[in-house]
Amino acid sequence: MTVRDRDPLTGHHTTGHEWNGITELNTRVPLAIWWFILVTHVYALIVWVLLPAWPGVTGYTKGILGIDQRSQVEERVAEMREARAPWRARMVALTVDQIRADPALSAIVAETGPALFGDNCAACHGARGQGGPGYPSLVDDAWLWGGDPETIQETLRVGINADHPDTRFAQMLAFDGVLSRDEIRTVANYVQSLSGMESDSDPDRLSEGRTLFEDNCTSCHGENATGSTDMGAPNLTDGFWIYGGDDKTLFATILHGRQGWMPAWEDRLDDADRKVLTVYLQDLKEEAR
Amino acid sequence: MIRWLQKLYYPIQAGHYRLEKHSIGLTLAIIFAAGIGGFVEIAPLFTIKETVEDAPDMRTYTPLEQAGRDIYVREGCYLCHSQMIRTLADEVDRYGPYSLAVESKYDHPMLWGSKRTGPDIARLGGKYSDSWHVAHLIDPRAVVPESVMPQYAFLADTPLETASLPARLAALRAVGVPYSDAMIENAERDALGQARPDSDDAEGVAERYGEATQIRRFAGRAGPVSEMDALVAYLQILGKLTDVAARMESAAIGADMDADMDADMEAAQ
Repeated sequence: MTVRDRDPLTGHHTTGHEWNGITELNTRVPLAIWWFILVTHVYALIVWVLLPAWPGVTGYTKGILGIDQRSQVEERVAEMREARAPWRARMVALTVDQIRADPALSAIVAETGPALFGDNCAACHGARGQGGPGYPSLVDDAWLWGGDPETIQETLRVGINADHPDTRFAQMLAFDGVLSRDEIRTVANYVQSLSGMESDSDPDRLSEGRTLFEDNCTSCHGENATGSTDMGAPNLTDGFWIYGGDDKTLFATILHGRQGWMPAWEDRLDDADRKVLTVYLQDLKEEAR
Repeated sequence: MIRWLQKLYYPIQAGHYRLEKHSIGLTLAIIFAAGIGGFVEIAPLFTIKETVEDAPDMRTYTPLEQAGRDIYVREGCYLCHSQMIRTLADEVDRYGPYSLAVESKYDHPMLWGSKRTGPDIARLGGKYSDSWHVAHLIDPRAVVPESVMPQYAFLADTPLETASLPARLAALRAVGVPYSDAMIENAERDALGQARPDSDDAEGVAERYGEATQIRRFAGRAGPVSEMDALVAYLQILGKLTDVAARMESAAIGADMDADMDADMEAAQ
């Protein structure tokens, strides 16, 4: 038997192999496969010419279309920025009240604000700006550094205890070793009484706490314990707590000290983004009321 | 056209039949065919100089960051977090400049990933505070209520194993990370020193890895240096080994945009 043998039934060639009289058909490659091969090869040839394809010794063929993902994305980003440039410029130039009074800009804040806030701020301050233990609420009236729009924008720009050269710096000292544990409890008791919290109302203990407070705490928190936005020292009389006002938390705060940390956003968010966030914060605040 | 293609194939087919009957010839032909596949994979490396950017200011991971990176791999963080910002406009808009090849130069293995159950973290360094990272790793739901990330609270209670760090750095040097002899020799001290700003070892870290190196108690609590310290140190350096990506972006887009912005500002006023 030879390769040229044909199978009488189908008319196709056989492979020439034979097992006890059984032979194997060598069926032709179907026409569809030939078409497939032809089309893909022609496509490949076209692509070689149009797109970056072949490596050489000193470089690679760039293709006559000159397509390059990097320049494409750079173009797209530049286009996007250009499209936003007019409203971004207005956003930077106008004040927060002016922006809120402008329906077109307000609509942009309503659209952009949640995305910016969600991606950058919500991780710490919560999805609605409500804060949490260790992270100040942004929708109440207590502000460490001041709550007017200019101050908020500056805080966003430089951060708190961040690695920005102009960063705001604040640190509450640890009184471990300065005050005894008993004294810490006494002063904590006095601090609780300042905001009308239920505390040990024994007058002797309160006056002792007051003396300790005056000796140790007033340089930052002020004579009246109302804090100072120049130093980021919280007001202790307003009933708002960042870390908590209960016995245990207050004791830990005084014993170990506290130092919050907010990143500086100048490199990540530009002026307009930070302005949008400042305006959006007003919306969140109204929503929380 | 198809007939012509078929005719072209006949002599090849006949040749193949003959080749199949010669074992040495067939072996050589198989090696040749497989060699084409190999060449296609190797050839792009010929142009590696064109695809990997220059970043002369780039530093290596410190031993503590490298230890954190190994923990990241061990815990399978890469299964849900990618570390590559693609060349797509909306990714650049959200995450910052797209990732460059050079930024993964010292990554062995690279952790680009392809699955984003969580967000991309290629430029996470400095975005959140250390204490946020610690709170988030201990219980993700405590800070992000909708998170599906598992808890890694045990990291804070697991002392960091440092004895193998010199060997790990030496292995990385073998694959091209430029660790010096002094770095390898002091790997253990540097790892502990970076998380203990008050100790004598902290100075050596700044000396060997640069003044900009972040030296602090990353996990924020006293006691032995933990795996939490290492992992947070790693997370806080992501995207900050070099700023070449930001420089390239501002060179490509920033300059003329700033000029446009100024013009628009004047118009608005």
